[in-house]
Amino acid sequence: MAKRPFDIQAQPGFGFVALVTFFALYLPMAALVAYSFNAADSLSRWDGFSLRWFISAWHNSAVQDASVRSLVLAISAAALSTIVATMAALATTRTPPYPGLTFKYAFINQPLMVPEIVTGVALLIVFSRIKVWTGYSGLGYLIAAHTAFCIPFAYLPIRARLESMDLTLERAAADLYATPWKAFRFVTLPLLRPAIIAGLMLAFVISLDDVVITEFVKSGGQDTLPTYMLGQLRRETSPEINAIATVFLALSVVLVTVFYFVNRRKP
Amino acid sequence: MASAEQVAKEAERRDVRTRWLLSTPALVIILLAATGPLFVMLAYSFMLKGDYGDVQFGTFSLDGWTSVLFQRDIFDDTLGMADAHLSILWRSISLSSYTTVLTLLFGFPTAYFIATRPPKTREVWVFLVTIPFWTNLLIRTFAMQQVIRNEGLVNTALMALGIIKQPLQIMNTDTAILLGMVYVYLPLMVLPIYASMEKLDFRLVEAGYDLYAGRWQVLRRIIIPLVKPGLIAGSILVFIPSLGAYVIPRVLGGGKNMMLGNLIELQFGAGRNWPLGAAISITLMALVMIALLFYVRNASRSQGVHG
Repeated sequence: MAKRPFDIQAQPGFGFVALVTFFALYLPMAALVAYSFNAADSLSRWDGFSLRWFISAWHNSAVQDASVRSLVLAISAAALSTIVATMAALATTRTPPYPGLTFKYAFINQPLMVPEIVTGVALLIVFSRIKVWTGYSGLGYLIAAHTAFCIPFAYLPIRARLESMDLTLERAAADLYATPWKAFRFVTLPLLRPAIIAGLMLAFVISLDDVVITEFVKSGGQDTLPTYMLGQLRRETSPEINAIATVFLALSVVLVTVFYFVNRRKP
Repeated sequence: MASAEQVAKEAERRDVRTRWLLSTPALVIILLAATGPLFVMLAYSFMLKGDYGDVQFGTFSLDGWTSVLFQRDIFDDTLGMADAHLSILWRSISLSSYTTVLTLLFGFPTAYFIATRPPKTREVWVFLVTIPFWTNLLIRTFAMQQVIRNEGLVNTALMALGIIKQPLQIMNTDTAILLGMVYVYLPLMVLPIYASMEKLDFRLVEAGYDLYAGRWQVLRRIIIPLVKPGLIAGSILVFIPSLGAYVIPRVLGGGKNMMLGNLIELQFGAGRNWPLGAAISITLMALVMIALLFYVRNASRSQGVHG
């Protein structure tokens, strides 16, 4: 038998470890999905295939409320953070250094540097006092907190796109007597659109996934889907949580897939 | 009359003003709902605790800070080491270190494997790492619970095979937290290593073999030094969130096996000691900053070496 040709890139055992890694990454998620189709009343035994927990989660009013709240919050935070992040990105790219530029970079990325639990309790301290002073305990606090930590995630892809963009088209527009606003509206913005969509989707996913900061900022009865699930986990877990988690997981996979293809299509 | 130079200067000044106006909304939101509260918390760590949480405003006290490490004996009022806090601090640092090492051991070969695939299939493998990365952390933690709980996948399989009679108690131990953290943070290790591995010039590896280096020598003397920035970035990206982990120890550690994040929550909840909670939060932030400084120093050094 001929010896296999020497493969310069191969390292013995690496392929095996890699396959173990991929197996390990997907096994727990597969288990979660599988258990959500369990007909039994508890997770401790398997009673056959059933959709009953999906149906019961669908009719659970607490789950409905939490889902709607999660969506309202994620849409508001994603929209707000993307708008202000786009403005900030325009202000911090394609410019000679000016006083305050480095400070702005550091400040905009600050939410990324601090552990979530620390931001969460710091917001608890400030917002709990404001709640007492103003008497307002609505969704505004959560929207403000989510917008703040979503800004860097929306900012990064938009800034990256702006930095790699060609300036000549805007100059041409200006030469043709376009006002700065018109040049932005008809030249810069269309070119920037893929990055803005990417930023918007990132911010949406980040807000939808947040559990720690939400847990500390929310007022009574303001559960989002993740905080609702965390609260339920304290007790004996019911298969209903598995069903909710499975639907959430499916939603994430769809979003990531769409994000992946939107991002790949950039010229 | 204004000279051309003056006109240009005026335009530049207007430009800077527009740029500040454009960035103001983002800066204000971050100031109000992220950075500012951190300073308020710093102030709170130096006040006396209130009876029902919160603080007594306008007081000054170092109690919050001293009780991070020491506790007053309830019988003779002497100061002793706060053993519970120290063990939680130690658990946080050691579990985060183990997590970093384990994710490195699995992440490095995985990144190498992906980087050596043909370009088309490479994208698919990267995508497969990205999906768990963007899946909700709570859901992934919960998924790990399905594997390690007493009636979970591992125990069911081992009992069915007759290897064990009693289910292994993994849940609510440090091992459970460690498994959860390795599982959740593994993509954070693979992706940056892959990013620097992708740029690796395999002709250097070939040159190594031509000069009679063995596989191990090539790995140790050529590949690892060249992807070092990725290894450091991955380690930092895993170590920092591990240190501040809150959800994973809460779900898998079962309340008793706390990490710093849970200790902080306890002080703001049942413990009703906000100054102490604030002081521990700042301690955690300081640990994170030290890790980041280490990273920045290393990154600038390795940049200097490779130009």
